Amino acid sequence: MSPLDGNQAADRSASGNGIRTDLKLIAEMVEPGSRVLDVGCGDGALLAFLSRRKGVDGRGIELSMDGVHQCVAQGLPVIQGDAETDLKDYPPGAFDYVILSQTLQAMREPRTVLETMTRIGRRAIVSVPNFGYWRIRAQLLLTGRMPVTEKLGYQWWETPNIHFCTIKDFVALAGEMGLRIERCLIVNGAGRVTGHAHSGLANLLGEQGVFMLRRD
Amino acid sequence: MPGHRVTLGVERPMRLDSGAELGHFEVAYQTYGALNADRSNAILICHALTGDHYVLDRHPVTGKPGWWEMLVGPGKPVDTDRYFVICSNVIGGCMGSTGPKETDPATGKPYGLGFPVITIGDMVRAQKLLVEHLGIQQLFCVIGGSMGGMQVLQWAVAYPESVFAAVPIATAARHSAQNIAFHEVGRQAIMADPDWAGGNYLLEGTRPHRGLAVARMAAHITYLSEPALHRKFGRNLQNRQTVTYGFDADFQVESYLRHQGITFVERFDANSYLYITRAMDYFDLAADYGGGTLSNAFRKDGKGTPVRFCLASFSSDWLFPTSESRAIVHALNAVAANVSFVEIRTDKGHDSFLLDEPEFHQVIRGFLEGCAEHRGLTRVSWP
Repeated sequence: MSPLDGNQAADRSASGNGIRTDLKLIAEMVEPGSRVLDVGCGDGALLAFLSRRKGVDGRGIELSMDGVHQCVAQGLPVIQGDAETDLKDYPPGAFDYVILSQTLQAMREPRTVLETMTRIGRRAIVSVPNFGYWRIRAQLLLTGRMPVTEKLGYQWWETPNIHFCTIKDFVALAGEMGLRIERCLIVNGAGRVTGHAHSGLANLLGEQGVFMLRRD
Repeated sequence: MPGHRVTLGVERPMRLDSGAELGHFEVAYQTYGALNADRSNAILICHALTGDHYVLDRHPVTGKPGWWEMLVGPGKPVDTDRYFVICSNVIGGCMGSTGPKETDPATGKPYGLGFPVITIGDMVRAQKLLVEHLGIQQLFCVIGGSMGGMQVLQWAVAYPESVFAAVPIATAARHSAQNIAFHEVGRQAIMADPDWAGGNYLLEGTRPHRGLAVARMAAHITYLSEPALHRKFGRNLQNRQTVTYGFDADFQVESYLRHQGITFVERFDANSYLYITRAMDYFDLAADYGGGTLSNAFRKDGKGTPVRFCLASFSSDWLFPTSESRAIVHALNAVAANVSFVEIRTDKGHDSFLLDEPEFHQVIRGFLEGCAEHRGLTRVSWP
């Protein structure tokens, strides 16, 4: 089950310029020719994009068999595995970037995953949905029910997203873990980049945040 | 018999892992497709325990089609229009390469148990000499399943600079206690047959057919999954309405296994079976190359292996389960190697790598195409 709803999963399969907004933002953060590990790489849309457009040495790890088959069948080096058990084998600094897009909230131990990512990668790039987004706040406030949005389309009893956070929460955790936020992009509902991570407004207007982290 | 044969170890004998030396030995092999001008499109196929080099040819003894026609051939994932495919019979084998049934030049009699014990490393050493004989510096890919997969791993570890890509399928970096146990059952069955004659059956004019057939029957069960056996035979009775209250082959599965045993002895040498199973038992990459740690085997001069790997396992394979492939993947991750890994969902057991598994074939095709792109291989144009 993808942490995002069906429409979003389909978005991710679009190739070339058609890749999902946050993937495009992530791709822009990656230096050409670098070594990249895409954790939860899905069907390989970002990896394929990075390999072809930026000449990166890309690897992937993906839980779903379907995703892995699609990746390997198009020549992408991807292994079937679980981010929470299969990342620890990589040596420190094995990659320039370790990418985790829209999946941190589905991890059993997000903090451990972040720790491992920033150990095996010189930098980690993480995109997280913002539970502090005004539409989500409004839904909870007005209806008293668990929010179900276009981007997070699961009912509470079926969602794989077990560790939601707000942008404020994420920034706080990064600080606590001694991770420096080198770059941060806040994306609003229209897919446009807006605001600064530390502003209260970002936590209200941002639908998701894309963070580039490194260990101090 | 179709195919080629070359005498190797002529200038100097090949030193085996046991310390023994093997000089002037034969390697039987087959090739398909054409080697390109810069000799960069060669794929070596490594066969499994009871396989041989007749990947695409009708088998000279059984008349059956080539054993990997599903995967290899013109337009197939291992495309012979594009790649130069080599497969050799392992040393210790019985389909043309030097093994226990061939004549020992020192005595003029069949080697029998006088043949030195060989290892997976020795098989690959012989293949390396063959590949050099063919004038190939670096293989584009080495691919094989089961024992063939062990040889692939051995190639990648022993000669990383001579392998661009490696595809170990349904295999393990070491033979497990359970694997060794099954092999021992097979060997004991052969050696318990009086016609084995202490290994001298060729001189005695006997053949340990009963023992070898039992060995094959036991092994064959390990190649299949329980669901596959059940689907194929269930508890169905063989040409009868009711059980006979005797020890005839009442059940279809018995009849099938007996058939497997009987047909096997026509094409396989009992002593070869002893030697090759032993070679698999001795296989342990971590112990031999990594000081007990598998990832160290994939490290050389402080750097991770340059070989690109694609591992595949099959969900219902209990002989070489997915966990064995995953252990190899973890070791490769520890040296940040370039590795792909797929578990194919199927209920057909260990033998799946020989069967029609479209998903598996797509994976191999995609991986090879990706590697070909990186290796700068373009299609061979045909007139």
